[in-house]
Parts: sequence; structure tokens; C-alpha cells
Amino acid sequence: MQATTHAIPHTGVHEAHHSDAGFWRTYIFSTDHKVIGIQYGLTSLTFLLIGFCLMLVMRWQIAHPGEPVPVIGGLLEAVLGDVAAKGVMSNELYNSFGAMHGTIMIFLGVVPLAFAAFGNYVVPLMIGAPDMAFPRINMASYHVFVLGGLVMLVSFFIPGGAAQAGWTSYSPLATSIATDGQTFWLIGMVLLITSSLLGAVNFIATIIQLRAPGMTWMRLPFFVWAQFVTAFLLLLAFPPLEAAGIMQLMDKVAGTSFFLPTGLAIGGDLANVSGGGSPLLWQHLFWFLGHPEVYVLILPAMGIVAEVISNNTRKPIWGYKSLVYSALAIGFLSFIVWAHHMYLTGMGTKVATFFQTTTMIISIPSVIILTCMFISLWGGSIRFNTPMLFVLAFLPMFGIGGLTGLPLGFSYSDIHLHDTYYVIAHFHYIVAPGTIFALFAGIYYWFPKMTGRKMNEFWGRVHFWLSFIFMNLVFQPMFAQGMSGMLRRMADGGAMYSATANARAGAGVIGGLTDYIMSLHTYILWAAVGLALAQIPFIVNLFWSLRNGPKVKSDNPWRSTTLEWQTPTPPPHGNFAEPPRVYRGPYEYSVPGHPTDYTPQNVPEK
Amino acid sequence: MSEKHHDEHFGHHVRRYLLVFYALLLGTAITVAVSYVPFTNHALNIGLGLVIAGTKAFLVAGYFMHLISERKMIYAILAFTVFFFVGLMFLTVWSFYDFPPLTITR
Amino acid sequence: MDIPYTVDTRPDTGLYNAKAGIWLFLASEVMLFGALFSAYILLRVGAPEGLWPLGWLNVPLGTINTLVLITSSITTVMAWAALKVNQFDRFKLFHGITLLCALIFVGIKSFEYYDKFTHYEVTLKDGRIADGHLKEATDTHVTISGRFVEEREELYDLHKHKAHGHETITIAREDIEKLSNYGPRHNTYMAIYFTLTGLHALHVIGGAIVIGYLWGPGSRLWRKDPERFTNRIEISGLFWHFVDLVWIFLFPILYLL
Repeated sequence: MQATTHAIPHTGVHEAHHSDAGFWRTYIFSTDHKVIGIQYGLTSLTFLLIGFCLMLVMRWQIAHPGEPVPVIGGLLEAVLGDVAAKGVMSNELYNSFGAMHGTIMIFLGVVPLAFAAFGNYVVPLMIGAPDMAFPRINMASYHVFVLGGLVMLVSFFIPGGAAQAGWTSYSPLATSIATDGQTFWLIGMVLLITSSLLGAVNFIATIIQLRAPGMTWMRLPFFVWAQFVTAFLLLLAFPPLEAAGIMQLMDKVAGTSFFLPTGLAIGGDLANVSGGGSPLLWQHLFWFLGHPEVYVLILPAMGIVAEVISNNTRKPIWGYKSLVYSALAIGFLSFIVWAHHMYLTGMGTKVATFFQTTTMIISIPSVIILTCMFISLWGGSIRFNTPMLFVLAFLPMFGIGGLTGLPLGFSYSDIHLHDTYYVIAHFHYIVAPGTIFALFAGIYYWFPKMTGRKMNEFWGRVHFWLSFIFMNLVFQPMFAQGMSGMLRRMADGGAMYSATANARAGAGVIGGLTDYIMSLHTYILWAAVGLALAQIPFIVNLFWSLRNGPKVKSDNPWRSTTLEWQTPTPPPHGNFAEPPRVYRGPYEYSVPGHPTDYTPQNVPEK
Repeated sequence: MSEKHHDEHFGHHVRRYLLVFYALLLGTAITVAVSYVPFTNHALNIGLGLVIAGTKAFLVAGYFMHLISERKMIYAILAFTVFFFVGLMFLTVWSFYDFPPLTITR
Repeated sequence: MDIPYTVDTRPDTGLYNAKAGIWLFLASEVMLFGALFSAYILLRVGAPEGLWPLGWLNVPLGTINTLVLITSSITTVMAWAALKVNQFDRFKLFHGITLLCALIFVGIKSFEYYDKFTHYEVTLKDGRIADGHLKEATDTHVTISGRFVEEREELYDLHKHKAHGHETITIAREDIEKLSNYGPRHNTYMAIYFTLTGLHALHVIGGAIVIGYLWGPGSRLWRKDPERFTNRIEISGLFWHFVDLVWIFLFPILYLL
């Protein structure tokens, strides 16, 4: 697939740049940041699709518990064996799919796509660098990532199946499930974390060291700032999870009791462990990464949104400096809010108050960023192309996701909402119609730079509108389900819980979920199927446009100011024909008295 | 730079490294010795041990790793790291000490 | 276009690329060991009164290892300084000593590990506890060289209860309730000891491999590009000092306090 990307005839004047290196050096063991970016992109898109398919099967099970999965039920049984006997999803398989859906989507899908793929391809171009600071470490980072992904995938097929303890892998549950899935999960995670660390070191070093002459900090495009902060989050928040992963691996393999308390009973018997460990410690170390990870998911998306908005409104982005300082503030604060995921662990009021306060404070810079984006639209002559549509949808969708998070940040309202579908709806609004829409925008926006052709505009719009509608149909009902008390991670969608509770209703017991709330499962299922179908135009468009998309007429088809568009298309090895020099800020659009409505950063003053 | 000047400079550095080396040896000896002093409060042993370890760490980082005369950029990176390191330690430990009263009175 | 600042420093930051890279990497290492240290603190303050082990490790060996690492640290910085004044032979000598130190450190550490894995605590069915090194184990009986204690607490604070007594104790298999060596699963102290020192030992081995490469085949670069080679020695040296720095904290918290 990478092969086709570069086989496209170039519109630039340069010669084919990879022809002499051979297939393996060019496409598999390449040290070129652009090839690595595309490798990351295709791999993570594949993982996104896999994670999405896991979810589809789960939605069937939730809506129709105990019924054979249509179409692929037989396949599941053939591949996975008894856990999918007669094509029916067992509870164990549901747990596996749930845990792996989260893991794959976050660690193998969105983060690699947002950070590694776009970051690798775009950041060096944007700052006017010939490559990343450490190209071989960059290659190693991708290979370790693939290895981690393979370990995760292989774990589906080992006896007992993949990890079942949720993507958060709380101990002692994660340690006490007798299968090897968790061990694979931990090894996979250690590899993925190592890959991110290599990537993060490389990104920060590149942005610090390789900025072109004249590219001062305040002339960096906001996308680069977003990636810079993201890299710091990965660099400093991931190691504690790596430490926690090593300790849980020791618990699992060497029989230690880091996270296993004294007197732990498994299945009614006292567990054969020394005890003395602390389950809370795992949660602290996990969420120390887990919360910054949210901003790892969202910051690159915000960066893409800023680029696309200013380009398509033909205006400078509003409040560039407040955007930069807000991104820095988010990065800083995101390290001291993590325990708002843990209000229900028996946390005292003083600590809870501290974390509530920081949680409310961190929403301020997020709101500043979103507000700046909205104000940027004001008075612009907006070009409604596909990337812009996705970005325009991002703004309110991310708004919904963010605002619904506030009740979860207060310990009092969190008591009711904790671990319900409300939480699921909240963070999916942030990540799915939020981040992933921004990533789609990025793909449509930078595709011409990567290939020399644009993606088909009509099918892009079809993809956008269908995704937009179905996305909301999938997640909006979950708010209602969650507020009426439906818990996450119930393999039958709450059917048994509801029936039991209804049977005991009265005498101080509140009844189960209403039939209406339960019937929403069916709507969500078909909306999810619709969402799946809506991705077909995108997948076809992506590959079809490689050869048949309309060729771009210049190196800068969007008439953009930033440096990545001032190179040949696609950029050759080493990127720039001659070292660029930067004369101005990143968003000089519609400067009064200027002949064109954009002034690229590298054009000298007259 | 003349060869002679170079050597002088070199000698100066080597003397400093050796001084740090002796200080580290001394620090190790003191740590071990102090740990055998039976203070009534063991916390005092722990505190002393950590102070000496911190001093030794400062010497290694400051002189062997040349942090004492490093660039601003490195300081900035490390300042962030120290902040988050302290946050991780302090907040985690704090939350272990703050929990609701375990006895329920009716 | 070639990648700039691979050897010379960028004027505004004053750094060459690898130097920025290694410090970023070390920052992440600080967080990695930081998380393990906070685990140590929580396990220790969470342990029941009197049940956190004191004096379980061999202090003389630990002290020797500390001195070995300190020595390797100064030879590392001397090796780099020697390159700065063009004395390649002195570099070879100093870094040779560094490598030797790394080897000694790992050797002593392996011996300490071995010692723990052959050290057993035997709980008898009559409630007594025998503690000592395994001499012989057959199908019918187990022989250890050690002592009997009445209370488990006596096994924990070895500063108060000196571990004297090397009598040979033979116990029949059917009298044994539980046989457990001082491996990672023995208790949380042994768990954190093995995890921390194991991770540290991996760093020592990794660092030694890199320094060994630069000392051996990698040193050919000196003739071609001395400045770049000196930078490499500086970078690997920074890593090595960091490993030493971690040990400076590990030694007191695990061996002494």
C-alpha cells in the first residue's frame, strides 16, 4: 500500500527520489519521516477499523443477548472456538472485546494516527526541517509499535482469549483472571509505551533543534505547538504506566503482590499470594497516564482544526497566543487532575476537593481554545470543502463532549454517573465525533501533499454527512441510558440486572431500567451499522483517489501559508530543495494591500 | 587555544572530578555508618539517609553530568519533570492518607 | 538537505541534537523510577507495624557495589575528558575500567540474587518457623543451615534481632506447612527489591553494551570524526551517570533503612 502512495506521478519538477534504494529500504525499513508517517497512518487506520468491528459485534450482543451474531457468527466460532459457540458471543468474549476495543482504539488507533502519523508527516515539513532529529530511532519506534500491535492481536487467538479486565485493567481483577490474555496485554503495552517514548523524544528534539532559520517559537503553526505539548505528555505520563505495567506483569508472572491486598479471596478461596499490596496504587499509576492521555487524544486534533479553519476561512486564526498558552496550560494541568477518575475509591474529601478544583480549572483553557476557533469563523468567507465540514462538525461535537464532562468532574454528581453509559457517551463525544472527525479532516486536507491528488469531493461529503448523523444517533441515546442508571460492561446490556431489580421492586428497592431505555439498544445497534456503512465511501475514496483523484495543479492547492505546502509534491527525501527561511507568522491570510490573499511564511518581504 | 592552555584547563577539570569522587566515597561511608546508629526514632535514620543520598545525587548530576553549567533548555525540561515527579509522589501519597472515617456512627 | 546540528551545536539552544534527546530520555526515566519509588513508599507505609523488613540484604556487598558504581562514574567522565584533550589511549584505559566495573557490579548482583533464591523460610505444622539457606532437599526431608524462631516478627527487623545461628536443621517433608524462598513472591519488600534492582540491572547491562560497543568496534569513528565520537561518549556517559544516580537512592532505601 505504501508502494502505491509513492508511485504517483509528481507534479513537481524533481526526480523520483526513492527509486535507487530498493523495496525494503524504501517502504519497510525507511528512515524517511514521510514514509514512516504514512506507515503509521495506514497501520493505525487498520487498527481503527478492527476496533470498530469489535464494537459492532458487542452492540449486537447488547441488543440481542444470547442470539447468534448474524453474518459473521460462524466465522467467530471457527476462529475463536468455544467462546463463540454456535455463533453466540459468550460473556468472556464480550469482556475480551470490550477490553480490546478500548485498548486498540486508544493505543493502536487514535494516538498513533493523531500523534505519530500526522506528527511524523507534517511536523518536520511545517518547521522547515529535512527530517526528524533521529531518523533511525523514528524507524525503531514504528517497528516496536507494530510489534506491540501484533502481540495484542495474537492474544485473541491464544487459549482463553485476549485480556478481559477492561482497558483500565484494574487489579486484582486483571491479575486474578486465570487466562494469559492479560500477560499478552501487558507485554503489548510495554512495547507500545516504549514506541511512544522513542517517538516523543524524537518529536521534542526535532521541534527544539530543527526549526528553520527565522522559525521562532511564536511563528510555529498551532499544529506544531499541539504536537509539542502532546509529546511532553507522552514523555512524562507514560513511564509511570510502564512501571505499573511491569509491576502487574510481575504479579501475573512472578507471583508478587504489588496490587494484591492481604486476605484477597478469589472464587471464595483465599488466594495463594503474600498480600500486602495496594489495588489503589494501580489505579493511581494508570490514571496518571490515563488523564494526560485524554489530552494526547485531543490536542493534535485541535491542532489540525486550527490549520484547516484558518486556511478555509482565509483569515488568521483568532488569538494565536491565547491558543498557545492554553495548550501549554492544558499540558501542565493535565498531570494533576487524574484522580477525578477515582472519586468512588473511598477518597477523602480534601483530596477530592483538590482534584475537583484542578479539573474545573483545566476546562478553562479547553474552552478558550474552542472559543478562539469559533471566533475565527466570524466574518470569514468560508470554503465549505470536505476537511472544513469535518472541522465545523468537530467544534459543536467537542463542545458536547466537554460540557457533559463537567458533571463527571464533580465528586457529588459523579456518584450517580460513575461507570454508567453517560461516561461512555461523554468520552466518545470527545474522541469519536471530536478527535476522529478532526483526523478525517486532516486526511482530506493533507492527502494532496502526500500523493499529488485530491480525494473525491462528492464522496467525501457523503462520508461526512452520514458519519455525522449516525455518530450522533449512536451516542446521544447513551446519555439517557446512563442517567437512568445503566452501567457499563454488562454483557447482556443490563437485561438480567433489570429483570432482577424489577422482580424485587418496592420495599425500598428501585425498579430496573424501563423498557424504553432498554429498547434504545436496538436503535444504537442499527445506527452503529449505519456508521459502519458510512465508512465505506471513505475507504474506497482513499484508495481510489491514489490513482484516480483529480491531480493538483500546484504544490499548494489549498493556497496555504505554512511551510509544508512550499515543498515539491510529494516532498522528496530531505523535503526542501533549498533550506527555507521564515519571515513571518503562520497565518498571514488576507493581509490588506497584499496582491494574494495568503502570504507563505517563507516568502521574503519586498 | 594553545595546547598548554588546553592541558591546564584539563587539569583543573580533573581535579574537580577527583574531589567529587572523594566526596562520594565519603558520603557512602557516612550513609552506611549512620544507618547503624540506633536513633530512638527510625524516621531520623531515614531522613538522614535520604539527605545524604540527595547530596550525592546532586554531586553526580551537578558535576559528572555537568548540570551545574548546562543550557537553559535542559533546565526547562528538567523543571517540568521535577514538577510532575513531585506531583506524582505527593498527590498519590496524600490520597492514601485522606480517606473517610472508617467507623460509622448511627 | 542534511539534518543539521548532529555534531555542532545550535546557536540559540546551545545543544546538539543527541544531547537534547538524551536529556529528554532521562526525564522519562526519572518518571519511570519515580513511579516505582512511589510504589515503594506506599508499600512501606502500608505494611503492618513491624512487618517491613530491615537489614535483609548484605550491606558489605551493597557498599562494595556502590563504590564500584561510583568508580565507574568517575572513569566515565575521565574517559570523556581524555577525548576532549585528544588522549585516545587514556580514554581506552578509563573506559576499560568502566566496563570492568559494570561487570563486577552485575557479578555481585547475581550473587546476591542467587543468595536470596536459596534462602528459605520454612513454616512447620507445629507453628515454628525455620529460616536459613537450603543445603539439601530430597523427597523425604529438607536440610537448611540457619535457625528456629518463635515469632515471625523476629525474621523482619534484623537490626533488633540479629540473625545469628548457623545450625544445620533437617526437617521431614511431612512436618512442613509451607516452604518459601526469598524470591519476589515472598512479600512486597522482596517484590519491590527484585523489581527495582532488576530494572536497574537491566539499565546497567544496557549501558555496558553501549559503552562496550563504543570502546571496541565503535571507537573507529574517532579517526574519522573525533568530534562526533566525543559527543557519543558524552551521551552514553550521561546515561551511565543516571544509572549510578538511581543506585545512590536504591542502596540506602533497600539495604540500610
